[in-house]
Amino acid sequence: MTQLALVIDLNVCVGCHACVTSCKQWNTSSEKAGPLFDDRPYGEDPTGTFFNRVQTYEIGCFPNTETLHFPKSCLHCEDAPCVPVCPTGASHKRAEDGIVLVDYDKCIGCKYCSWACPYGAREFDEYQKVMKKCTLCVDRIYDEKLPESERKPACVLACPTSARLFGDVHDPESQVSVAIREQGGYQLMPEWGTKPANHYLPRRKTRMHIHEDELVRTDNPLKKEDIRHGTSDDVTLDDWLM
Amino acid sequence: MSESPNKAAGGRVEVKNTTCYMCACRCGIRVTLRDGEVRYIQGNPDHPLNKGVICAKGSSGIMKQYSPARLTQPLKRKAGAERGAGEFEPISWEEAFSTIEERLAHIRATDPKKFALFTGRDQMQALTGLFAKQFGTPNYAAHGGFCSVNMAAGMIYTIGGSFWEFGGPDLERAKLFVMIGTAEDHHSNPMKIELAKFKRNGGRFISINPVRTGYSAIADEWVPIKPGTDGALLLALIHEIIKQGLYDRDFITQYSNAAELVNLNPNDPEYGMFVRFEVPPEEGCFDPQNKLWWDRELNKPISTHTPGADPRLLGEFKLSDGTPVKPSFQLLKERVEQYTPEWAADITGIPAATIRRLAHEMGITARDEKIELPIAWTDVWENEHKSVTGNPVAFHAMRGLAAHSNGFQTIRALGILMTILGTIDRPGGFRHKAPFPRPIPPCPKTPTKPEDVQPNTPLNGMPLGWPADPDDLFVDDKGGPVRLDKGFSWEYPLSVHGLMHNAITNAWRGDPYKIDTLLIFMANMSWNSTMNAEQVRKMLNDKDENGEYKIPFLIVADAFQSEMVAFADLVLPDTTYLERHDVMSMLDRPISEFDGPVDSVRIPVLPPTGQCKPFQEVLIEVGSRLKLPAFTDANGKRKYRDYPDFITNFETAPGSGIGFLAGWRGKGGEKHMRGEPNPNQWKMYEKNNCVFHYEMPKSYQYMRNWNQGYLQWAQSNAMTRYAEPINCHIYSEVLQKFRLAAQGKTNGRQPPEHLRKRVETFFDPLPFFYEPLESQLSDKHKYPLNAVTQRPMAMYHSWDSQNAWLRQIHTYNHLYVHPSVGAAGCFDDGDWVWVESQWGKVRCICKYSEAVEPGTVWTWNAIGKAAGAWNLDPMANESKQGFLLNHVISEELPPHDAGDHVSNSDPVTGQAAWYDVRVRVYKAGADEAKETFPQFDPMPSAPGTPPRRPWQNYFAGKFQKKG
Amino acid sequence: MHPAFSVIFLTTLIGVGQGLFLALFSAQAYGMAKLLPAQSGSFFANGSFLALLFLLGGLFAAVFHLGKPSYMFTRAWRGMTQWRTSWLSRELIAMPAMMGLTFLYAVFHWFGWEVDLFGWHVSGQLSLAVGIFGVLGAIALFVCTAMIYAAVKFLQEWSSPLTVVNYFVLGTASGFTCATVYASYQGVEPELVHFFGGWAIALTVLGLITRSFSLLRNARIKYKSTVQTAIGVRHTQVQQKAMGMMGGSYNTREYSHGKTGAFLKSVKWIFLVLVFVIPVILLALGLSADHTALLLLAFMTQYVGLLFERWFFFAQANHPQNLYYQTI
Repeated sequence: MTQLALVIDLNVCVGCHACVTSCKQWNTSSEKAGPLFDDRPYGEDPTGTFFNRVQTYEIGCFPNTETLHFPKSCLHCEDAPCVPVCPTGASHKRAEDGIVLVDYDKCIGCKYCSWACPYGAREFDEYQKVMKKCTLCVDRIYDEKLPESERKPACVLACPTSARLFGDVHDPESQVSVAIREQGGYQLMPEWGTKPANHYLPRRKTRMHIHEDELVRTDNPLKKEDIRHGTSDDVTLDDWLM
Repeated sequence: MSESPNKAAGGRVEVKNTTCYMCACRCGIRVTLRDGEVRYIQGNPDHPLNKGVICAKGSSGIMKQYSPARLTQPLKRKAGAERGAGEFEPISWEEAFSTIEERLAHIRATDPKKFALFTGRDQMQALTGLFAKQFGTPNYAAHGGFCSVNMAAGMIYTIGGSFWEFGGPDLERAKLFVMIGTAEDHHSNPMKIELAKFKRNGGRFISINPVRTGYSAIADEWVPIKPGTDGALLLALIHEIIKQGLYDRDFITQYSNAAELVNLNPNDPEYGMFVRFEVPPEEGCFDPQNKLWWDRELNKPISTHTPGADPRLLGEFKLSDGTPVKPSFQLLKERVEQYTPEWAADITGIPAATIRRLAHEMGITARDEKIELPIAWTDVWENEHKSVTGNPVAFHAMRGLAAHSNGFQTIRALGILMTILGTIDRPGGFRHKAPFPRPIPPCPKTPTKPEDVQPNTPLNGMPLGWPADPDDLFVDDKGGPVRLDKGFSWEYPLSVHGLMHNAITNAWRGDPYKIDTLLIFMANMSWNSTMNAEQVRKMLNDKDENGEYKIPFLIVADAFQSEMVAFADLVLPDTTYLERHDVMSMLDRPISEFDGPVDSVRIPVLPPTGQCKPFQEVLIEVGSRLKLPAFTDANGKRKYRDYPDFITNFETAPGSGIGFLAGWRGKGGEKHMRGEPNPNQWKMYEKNNCVFHYEMPKSYQYMRNWNQGYLQWAQSNAMTRYAEPINCHIYSEVLQKFRLAAQGKTNGRQPPEHLRKRVETFFDPLPFFYEPLESQLSDKHKYPLNAVTQRPMAMYHSWDSQNAWLRQIHTYNHLYVHPSVGAAGCFDDGDWVWVESQWGKVRCICKYSEAVEPGTVWTWNAIGKAAGAWNLDPMANESKQGFLLNHVISEELPPHDAGDHVSNSDPVTGQAAWYDVRVRVYKAGADEAKETFPQFDPMPSAPGTPPRRPWQNYFAGKFQKKG
Repeated sequence: MHPAFSVIFLTTLIGVGQGLFLALFSAQAYGMAKLLPAQSGSFFANGSFLALLFLLGGLFAAVFHLGKPSYMFTRAWRGMTQWRTSWLSRELIAMPAMMGLTFLYAVFHWFGWEVDLFGWHVSGQLSLAVGIFGVLGAIALFVCTAMIYAAVKFLQEWSSPLTVVNYFVLGTASGFTCATVYASYQGVEPELVHFFGGWAIALTVLGLITRSFSLLRNARIKYKSTVQTAIGVRHTQVQQKAMGMMGGSYNTREYSHGKTGAFLKSVKWIFLVLVFVIPVILLALGLSADHTALLLLAFMTQYVGLLFERWFFFAQANHPQNLYYQTI
């Protein structure tokens, strides 16, 4: 069974928000998800419906501080707690690819699904009064009019550091499964047993170890400069210049 | 989805390619339109620059296109309304043009320098510069002077190339990457792409920065440093690398002036200059190979690059005539003797052990991880090399180093560090991009005397150039400036990008003279693009005793209702990037790759909104009306129909075959780089993703400073004038020439008395560290903190506070402080605080951070807006909680021995020293307003701007119809 | 959580309605068992119409909890389809069922329809049978309503059997208080008024005990999720510096009451006094003095107190998603 998901590589995410607005622009004009409402777009406290946000955390104390940029969207949980609580069946998890979706025609806007999501992944559209969320760009990834390389969520295509991998986490050979397996991919809030399909790859550090003898080498160029303060009284340029 | 308005969608879909302009990065984009509205902007996967990716700004281009801040018709200030009040009435383009024509024709016929043209973040300096030159005014510059000119000048005067457009780190092959200071805002997408690959390939990334954010966040090691002390660190690194013998001896011997002998006879007029074995009149601006080494075997001087010769790098010698000489590397070694890691530790706040380790990591990686590529090439001395080798240590830096008054010498030190590690234009190190490398310094020169400015005559020289010695300065007999911004004068001799940041103050004060008309394009000089914003706003509105404005006529061309627009007498509405033609030209700042020249174009994907007109069309129209020679034929008849026509047919000289675009030249588009104009050139760009990429043979891709094949190719394609070697300047003779003049040791031009000491001090041919000028002139006990800014990635190089999506991410800005600063100032996380410098103060909200060096406070720049600007609601957070640090930064230094009105800039290049400001921070009173200070009267919406939507549901193909 | 007034009114109003129904039913049952004086059909009919009014009031409030009120007519029916998994769906079935049964109970009493259903040869058997279903309906509705909250395991303040107990006890207590007022107003025998009033006091005291248990429990909750598990970083010192938007979002509005801790604390004491202390005193006084107005005041105080209680119930619940939304 297929379970599509994103794997987000925190090792390379620089927090540029490309995934945030590329998602917004794709989905606001999307026939599946749009329009995405913006309230007070030019006023005080502008706010709008976004499916994806990038947050910033500081870990540790100066000078041993890590700054972590942390993108978060719907994690498409395998055991999605938001689905069974929906009274209308609007919130559903597709059997064929594991994407958790909301059918806006069925949604009554009771917000109960969002209460049942520990991750805060759902956003209520204050204009349409229905619950919205990341669709994994379901209207892109199967669109055969697009070249195959572009049948990916907008955020994945946009991400300048390719920090967002997309694929089937149930296929052990997929790029995402390999990344999770080999790079310590983890899930958020594992304590709830929601089994998020999206995974995160942790920071990795490359260090350099220097041995004492690497500093002292026989080919040290300083050895070529055995300082001789000799002057040349006998030879001048005129001696050899034509 | 029955209740969604999207059911009826479908619509007519078109896909068009163009080039992004949400920042200066210039990524290829593919724009999908639905029923004529922008559906989706994605990165063009076939574009060499961004390879399909796109950033947050690029993805928000839609909101720029449909921004309520759009200016849509020409405006003139209402009679009787004050400047800054923003009260306008719409006029026709004809009225606008005839106003400009009348005014400029008069100025041009009388005193062309009374017209000043300063442009901001534009990408058309080849055209704007051409216009200024043709007009005959010396008063032209773009925003480089207040952006990163130290980086351009410091590197180009050292290695013949620089970062961003001109070159960059080869992260594909580097093993160690060191980024110093804030450097995110240039070349951002390509850098992000490469950085991620670099990290994934196991490269080690060290970030040296007072603040850990942006790219520094993913660094393997963060080395916090005090602002303005990078020079001390770099010099200590050089000290340690030389001390340990970790430099690349072969590289610096062959490819730099390290081994060249410097005349050290203090009585010789050639003191401090390289010894030459002949002194022919040097034509051109290249570096003649007529200098000497000290040969180890023969123990005597020998012509450099003599085959088989092995020179001394260290030691002191005497020529037969008794002249004492030393190789310049010896001088460098002596210079850095004092710059021990312990010395630097005190200044930078970085432990000495860390500095040593960094030096060792760099040196050992460079030496032991050598790259060898099986690419045969021939150097300019005709030596054939079987392979290209490289040392995989790469650096990147931009404004963090540049925007200090000691930035030039700091960046010289960086260039020298990169050189002694042997990383210039080699795999894994720094790589040039066409048209660089260029001679040190490059050939173009400004005029040199007031008489070069004549009525009704094009300027005798380029408006901006690269001085090689004092005779290249643009000064009068007394050594006074000819330019309004005092560029290329003794105050800032190497101000190769001008000093836009002083133009308004100088014009207001009438020092060096008054002007008549100031044309500002795309620069927010009454807000975030100016230092001392509050005072500059007053200057723009200031009148003389006759009630006339001190700056009599102010024209602003912009696409959006910026703070600057409010001060204009005449507003010219520009188009957005989706509505215009543009070229990223080889004559300007192309988007070249390491492997060869690349230029690109914008082609409109949408018709202009309202009466918007691309600024290029304005220039061509005005140039034609004024009968400027480049725009009219011998009979004074207009030569170019419009901008695309100009681009197609303009040649740098009749029949030169060199035009703005290098691709698809020749009658049928069969030629590239040079060839006669091709009437279908635009179409061919359009068909090819709007980009022309010429990939050079591999053997031309490295060691270009000395690569015979490359240099000859570049010369034949007019990218460089000479196919001569470009040796790195570890020791800068150019600087020594200025110093000698300041010391009165030359026969040529000499600085005025009050500037002698300044020039002598700062024009040191070897890099040295000095405390930033403002710090030297500040009470550091009263103002103990450094205050710096940077742009957040979602707003680099953009003014998108009016962008409905981006402003939700950054709605206002905080002052980030280390908790210890709060403890000392008795304020807490989230409190309102005052930030005060000796120049002024701002009130803002502070936020604690563990990711900032405790002696530094910082904020995101240009988030704060004046009330009502950009057609935001006057209550918008940008003006109520957002703030500009610019209010506490002065454009001039306090009076000191160099003068009363010396720019707050680098004394060598005139680079605005934004990051030198020193401040104190204290808690705002409980009774004080919980809003940013200063506040300004709200700007009204300009006539013709679209309504400010109280809410929106953007849905392409439906949006404008629905409102 | 952000306390939504629609839900506060919904849960408190139907609580009164269900409690009142249970009170009426117990009066009928006791009356038929001759433990209390039997009442006329109209007493029960009017009383259950009153209960129905409370239920309808709850329904009316619920309309405002939908995204758009129009969804009540266009989409709400879909809400009954997911009863297999969703307590909210079950509530949406139980609530109209309860209203229907209450209505039937009223109608049967009004018309005095009689069938000797159980062979007891006493009147009221048919309405008693309807009432038994009504009791089951009321209990089911209490369970469904409470389980909507108790079943959200992420909201640890709610995720407890005490939530169900409290909904039941507080709803029943307020219903019995209401019944006391109703009986007193109808001028029935004092035994019945005292029966209702006695149970109202007993249930209110019980409510104080069960609600205090939940307050004590919630004061000691150890949250399963931390910022460390939220972002998967184990370091002890993790601080959020930006949540990705500054003008607020659904995440900052829906999950936070936006008030200070002190405000929350004061609401707690207010509801403890209004729901429990004052009504018990007023009920005791009103019963001893046979004073309908005092009893009415007791009910009104308790109901207002329940609004505070319910506000507090929502506000106190700390959603783990807030770990991602700690700072602008």
